Amino acid sequence: MQIDWLAFTPVPALLGGIMLGIAATLYILLHGRILGISGIISGLLSPKSGDVNLRLILALGILSAPFWAALLFDIHTKSVIDADWPAIVIAGLLVGFGANYGSGCTSGHGICGLSRLSPRSLVATLTFMGAGFLMVFVIRHVLGL
Amino acid sequence: MRRHFNLYSQYFIGVLFGFGLIISGMSNPQKILNFLDVTGNWDPSLIFAMGGAVIVGLGGFYLASKQTKGFFGSALHIPGRRDISRPLVMGSLIFGAGWGVAGFCPGPAIVSLGAGNMKALVFVLAMLAGMAICNRFFTGQK
Repeated sequence: MQIDWLAFTPVPALLGGIMLGIAATLYILLHGRILGISGIISGLLSPKSGDVNLRLILALGILSAPFWAALLFDIHTKSVIDADWPAIVIAGLLVGFGANYGSGCTSGHGICGLSRLSPRSLVATLTFMGAGFLMVFVIRHVLGL
Repeated sequence: MRRHFNLYSQYFIGVLFGFGLIISGMSNPQKILNFLDVTGNWDPSLIFAMGGAVIVGLGGFYLASKQTKGFFGSALHIPGRRDISRPLVMGSLIFGAGWGVAGFCPGPAIVSLGAGNMKALVFVLAMLAGMAICNRFFTGQK
């Protein structure tokens, strides 16, 4: 194991992580719900639930975060996507299907689930981390893409 | 009044969550892939982001466990299931595989879309399609 010391940013990562934790805490205490992004987005697809407006407004908040970060703090969102277009489509399909089928993603299982010591979320988090490690190993070191 | 405050609060929490992803660097797929590349030139930053979030969240969910309602009067929706089901594991495997292909999970994809990234737009549309397929054919099996 070799650490990329130039890319490693523990302090901003910890600070950003604390903000994620505060957002999840506010969401459960104020709104009584788990801040799981895949579940919130997926609910937009079945409008019968009646809370589409609330879900949409939360999603708009996330969507507009780069705008506010640039305007208020002069922080410009970095998003470098190396995957090509077909890979993007495949990745999107897998992520959307898998998050729904597995009842959660990095926020719902990873952040909220681990925070509430849920055994299901611990299994889910270890499983998707493992699958992610394996996929990157195959793509970068076996296929050499 | 409370209704409006509820909407503002939803929006604010969304922005705060987005800030967390931007500041921690987790909205950048390249950084995610460099975390998932444990046998390569590894960037362990995600552990610190997840750690910070969980340390705060442990307190938050402990407080929530003492409540019966959210501040805005809604019932507390905390999942009660404890069974390790096949869909939980299969879904997480599929999700993790997709995460490893592009370095995107749902939250960061929405932030990147908000930053004007066209690949994020295509990813989000494909993700919605994947969710719709699951909702259409596999709901009730979870």
